[in-house]
Amino acid sequence: MMFVPGNNPGMMADAHIYGPDSIMLDLEDSVSMAEKDTARLLVHNALKSIDYGDTEMVVRINPLNTPYGKKDIEAMVKAGVHVIRMPKTETAEEVREVEREIEKVEKELGCLGRTKIMAAIESALGVVNAYDIATASPRMMGIALGAEDYCANLKTQRSKGGDELRLARETIVVAARAAGIDALDTVYSNLNDMETFRNEVEYIKTLGFDGKSIINPRQIEVVNEVFAPTEKDIEKARAIVAAIKEAEKKGSGVIALNGKMIDRPVVIRAERTINLAIASGILKEEDL
Amino acid sequence: MSTIKERESLVAEQAAKMGKSIYTDNDVKLTEQRLPMQKESPKLTSLEDAIRYSGLKDGMTISFHHHFRGGDKVVNMVVDKLAEMGFKNLHLAASSLQDVHAPLIEHVKNGVITKISTSGLRGALANEISRGLMDEPVVFRSHGGRGSAIANGDLHIDVAFIGASSSDPLGNACGYSRSENAKSICGSLGYALPDARYADKVVILTDDLVDYPNTPNSISEHDVDYVVEVESVGDSSKIASGAIRDTKNPRDILLAQQAAKVIVNSGYFNDGFSIQTGSGGASLAAVKFLRDSMIEKGIKASFALGGITSHMVKLHQEGLIDRLIDVQSFDKVAAESIKSDPMHKEVSACEYASADEPGSAVHYLDIVILSALEADVNFNVNVLVGSDGIIRGAIGGHPDTAADSALSIIVCPLVRGRIPCVVDEVTTLITPGSTVDVIVTEYGIAVNPRRPELAERLKEAGLKVVDINWLRDKALSIIGNPAPLPFGDKVVGVVMNRDGSVMDVIKNIEEKKD
Repeated sequence: MMFVPGNNPGMMADAHIYGPDSIMLDLEDSVSMAEKDTARLLVHNALKSIDYGDTEMVVRINPLNTPYGKKDIEAMVKAGVHVIRMPKTETAEEVREVEREIEKVEKELGCLGRTKIMAAIESALGVVNAYDIATASPRMMGIALGAEDYCANLKTQRSKGGDELRLARETIVVAARAAGIDALDTVYSNLNDMETFRNEVEYIKTLGFDGKSIINPRQIEVVNEVFAPTEKDIEKARAIVAAIKEAEKKGSGVIALNGKMIDRPVVIRAERTINLAIASGILKEEDL
Repeated sequence: MSTIKERESLVAEQAAKMGKSIYTDNDVKLTEQRLPMQKESPKLTSLEDAIRYSGLKDGMTISFHHHFRGGDKVVNMVVDKLAEMGFKNLHLAASSLQDVHAPLIEHVKNGVITKISTSGLRGALANEISRGLMDEPVVFRSHGGRGSAIANGDLHIDVAFIGASSSDPLGNACGYSRSENAKSICGSLGYALPDARYADKVVILTDDLVDYPNTPNSISEHDVDYVVEVESVGDSSKIASGAIRDTKNPRDILLAQQAAKVIVNSGYFNDGFSIQTGSGGASLAAVKFLRDSMIEKGIKASFALGGITSHMVKLHQEGLIDRLIDVQSFDKVAAESIKSDPMHKEVSACEYASADEPGSAVHYLDIVILSALEADVNFNVNVLVGSDGIIRGAIGGHPDTAADSALSIIVCPLVRGRIPCVVDEVTTLITPGSTVDVIVTEYGIAVNPRRPELAERLKEAGLKVVDINWLRDKALSIIGNPAPLPFGDKVVGVVMNRDGSVMDVIKNIEEKKD
């Protein structure tokens, strides 16, 4: 997920050409108070007029307790955004409040249920409530860690090894898995230290995260490389998917591969591997 | 027995038959220590005297090179002097002209310069010319085309004024210097070499006059008539930067990655391949990605050609490129390398890119990466005239390398700000589409339909190969259809093909009327 400031038309027009899986246009921290209305209008028009292809489009709104939050939701839902990202989420009630605002606009438009929600957890209270937040609404598609605010709240600062984030990261992954939604890791902002960035991506992949937030197109390649499945993984996954197709053709309920039963988690993992392989450019869709 | 004395009558007889004089021993021999003489020469004179002795007359052709780029002081210095001496109606034939040559506007207005030939024009002079400053259109040639035209007499130079970073009093001159007084270093003098060889008279201007012999030298005293010592031939800070820094612009990096992938999967990326790249951010970054692939696959290049950069020098020093063939050194690292490394060869514009010479290096070039201001759906490319109709570029070696290489790759963003770069038809035809093989944009890669095998290879490698018309539509959908340009009816420029034929003309642009 690539962060793009909502007040920079040039960057918004270009963002998708670098091939991020999703783009988060930001109305919150990267936009000054004086530019909130301009940025909202710009992002609205970008969503309506730029062909982002099949990139998932996310907008980070201002919190509802500011004068901008409700207006942000209204404009973004009207522009057809895929996901509203809530900043600094601490309770399930906050999610439900956003959900009600989204519903209001969707009802008006006649597209109830179209907009998903993602919540950024950026405080100790948010981490403690992670599972509640993750399950607060059927619209919830993911939770993400916002490390800078979280560290400030925790009265510490970010270190190279990321010890201070360990509990938050693990909690968020567990909560997301328990809720059946995605877990996304925080940004790493030193663009000149690609090695630490790569280590961090490898680490959060091991923890179970589905992806990484990034702030520059130069980071995309590293994330894709780390998350790319190995050739062996892909071969196995393709065999499983082929077996499923075969079983479906025969109308058989039980799926077997090399004499072994394939159960549901194996299928899910295989599909995930193939999607990742396509996303990383290793596999082409027509190859399937 | 036969003696000298006895043969005198026979010598006289033979001399009369051959129409020659008879030798007389004048018995004069210089016996001084020669070292002090290494600082002197009858060629050493003032600029004014050099012009006078050269026999320059109104209506003649004078020439200049552009190796001092934006820092050049030679053109303005010489033309100011010519104006002061009362010359009129001169033809200025430069290898290229830049922003710094804006003072020429006055010399066109006062009739000193009435005709210009060049590869490029930029800045205020280009702006004025685009609006119709000159009665006679500017003649634009590629670097190879200019070399050919000078060699075959199409472009006859009466007096060449050649700025040199160092010269001895006899005119052995270089684009670098081995003295402590080195001031204005440019590296290769490739574009000036045809002028030195073919001009009727050659004047060297240098700000670093060194003792004879200034060897190894790139211009030979044999070709030089006068040497003029001047305060400065150029502003060194604008001649060459240090090692060019790598781009951090993500769009350039993306374009570079795509270009490198095109090369690696083109079928031409084999041991012993040869390559030329430009000095733009994307081109330089492409070299970096290519280097990784060369190391990974154990592939080495036989030579790199053209404008040589620090990046190419680095690959050469690492053993990844065997030879460097340098018509123009883009930075100080390249200039330093050409001075000290015999495998880094300086070549003239003719040896570089002439269509007439069987041995010109472009004939042996596999791959070239080039940039563009605009490309069109027929793969024609424009690098000279902006999409506002104003001249703002240079032909350079673009059409030469595109035509003669086995694979020409144009790297160009689909849109620049609000300007579409893939269009229906280029504003000016510089490089014909028949010579352009691949156009790489951030939205996809278009392959010339003349090269179906290439398209197939790139597709197989998983690259996003798209139709050129799709790119044009995409650009239009982002930017909208620009209003037509307000061209007038006056021809302000003529674009010569490298074979000496006329390929296109540039019309004057009129002020927008609101």
